[in-house]
Amino acid sequence: MAFKIIASQCTQCGACEFECPSGAIKFKGETYVIDPKKCTECEGTFETQQCASVCPVSKTCVPA
Amino acid sequence: MSAPMISLQGLSGTTVFDQSPARAKSGGCASSSCGSSAKPHEMDSAVWEKIKDHPCFSEEAHHYFARMHVAVAPACNIQCNYCNRKYDCANESRPGVVSERLTPDQALRKVIGVANEVPQLSVLGIAGPGDACYDWKNTKATFQRVAKEIADIKLCISTNGLALPDRVAELAEMNVDHVTITINMVDPRIGAKIYPWIFYDNRRYTGVEAATILHERQMSGLEMLTARGILTKINSVMIPGVNDEHLIEVNKWVKERGAFLHNVMPLISDPAHGTHYGLSGQRGPKAMELKALQDRLEGGAKLMRHCRQCRADAVGLLGEDRGQEFTLDRLPDKVTYDASKRETYRAVVARERGDRLAAKSEALGMVKTAGSGKSLLVAVATKGGGRINEHFGHAKEFQVYEASPKGISFVGHRKVEQYCLGGRAEDKSLDGVISTLEGVDIVLCARIGNCPEDRLKEGGIRATEAYGYDYIETAIGALYAAEFGSEPLAATA
Ligand code: SF4
Ligand code: SF4
Ligand code: SF4
Repeated sequence: MAFKIIASQCTQCGACEFECPSGAIKFKGETYVIDPKKCTECEGTFETQQCASVCPVSKTCVPA
Repeated sequence: MSAPMISLQGLSGTTVFDQSPARAKSGGCASSSCGSSAKPHEMDSAVWEKIKDHPCFSEEAHHYFARMHVAVAPACNIQCNYCNRKYDCANESRPGVVSERLTPDQALRKVIGVANEVPQLSVLGIAGPGDACYDWKNTKATFQRVAKEIADIKLCISTNGLALPDRVAELAEMNVDHVTITINMVDPRIGAKIYPWIFYDNRRYTGVEAATILHERQMSGLEMLTARGILTKINSVMIPGVNDEHLIEVNKWVKERGAFLHNVMPLISDPAHGTHYGLSGQRGPKAMELKALQDRLEGGAKLMRHCRQCRADAVGLLGEDRGQEFTLDRLPDKVTYDASKRETYRAVVARERGDRLAAKSEALGMVKTAGSGKSLLVAVATKGGGRINEHFGHAKEFQVYEASPKGISFVGHRKVEQYCLGGRAEDKSLDGVISTLEGVDIVLCARIGNCPEDRLKEGGIRATEAYGYDYIETAIGALYAAEFGSEPLAATA
């Protein structure tokens, strides 16, 4: 299970990158991407997915 | 690259006047609004020392010194209804909008490039888009790198306050002596109408709960800054029907907690910006509504009247933006800081300022002797230096002053569409200028043509070039005396 970022919506603010507890988010080329192998959906760490909670654009960090 | 707005030559050639801070304190500043609306003589000298070269904190300094912003901290921990962080347009000039996001290294290159070209530069700020206290790694790296190269530059940040309490200790360590907090409410029920959500303690909060947390963090951040002697400016966005009346309460709260300045800014809402307020039809206040609120706040925390709501990558004196001249692609790959221009400029300003202080005091004498109870609203076209030195048709804004028995004070600026573009006068924009100048009695400028002068007259506004290149206060003093029927007295300064 993993989250993904809808690139066309992303503002490239980077907030998700530094909130992700799994180090799953990196800036690649033009946008931020989530590495599905690393993403844990924040399970066991936080109640809500950090990337989705901090992202300023709704429906940008969504279940893959 | 165009010449600096105030040329060094233009500023020199005036009488030498020793202007130590002590002198400035006892000088003739009682008349007008040097320093926010704060007068140097009312301020202790340590505070005056901190703000005297800061264009945003000192109304007097904004005639001489320039700031630059670098947008290095795009991440934010709250959402405001007047902000759309997806929006990014090079033609826009409004807060939170930026065309060039920088890494700390790029920011360093840009600051040095600007410092070498713009001798007025005194302040480096990090404001939006994003929150400088939340996106802390980038903020801190930028400040540290710049301070190492240009030791005398003043560092300042703007923040929504949510992460502020966590950063106060480090801000103090880095010698950041000015912080701006945007505070739009002290009642969370009003806050809930302005902030749809905040991200705090690893989760998203909404509604009154979110606004309560934000409010508590803002107040404790402000108190912590005050306790450490860091000067705090409060920005409030005036949102008609939402928090306009409430800002009187906000002003009291922030004053009690040691805020140095309160800056009430008008909401900018245009559907094209795609903000919640823009899309929902929430209007911004008119210039006279803003002035009326500011007048009611007088007596609370000191008001800032000269804010230009600059964009997050603005460069130059307040009211001008030379950011486009200093985009990364126009800067050399390698830059080395050369302090000489900034040093020469500072010496000239020290002299010129002393002169202007004396001129102000003389002008106040004139207004007082006129012995009239009336007040006069005057719009001035200026390029800086405290003089009437801009052509009517070239002005992108007018600085508005009020002369009354209380003195001569700066009340704000009014942005206009330039009337003369590329040598051709535009009739339509003249109508715009006239309506923007609503309430103004007289316009002072360096030059004006007969035609616009007549048109202004039809609109009930007089204009004159009679005081071209004089100090602003000198002209207003003479005007007031002439207007209200008393002979101008000789200088007393
Ligand atoms: S859901 Fe959690 S773990 Fe996955 S990318 Fe988002 S923040 Fe990282
Ligand atoms: S928080 Fe949202 S907008 Fe910001 S970089 Fe991550 S996905 Fe993009
Ligand atoms: S704090 Fe600044 S960047 Fe964040 S939402 Fe508000 S205006 Fe936008």
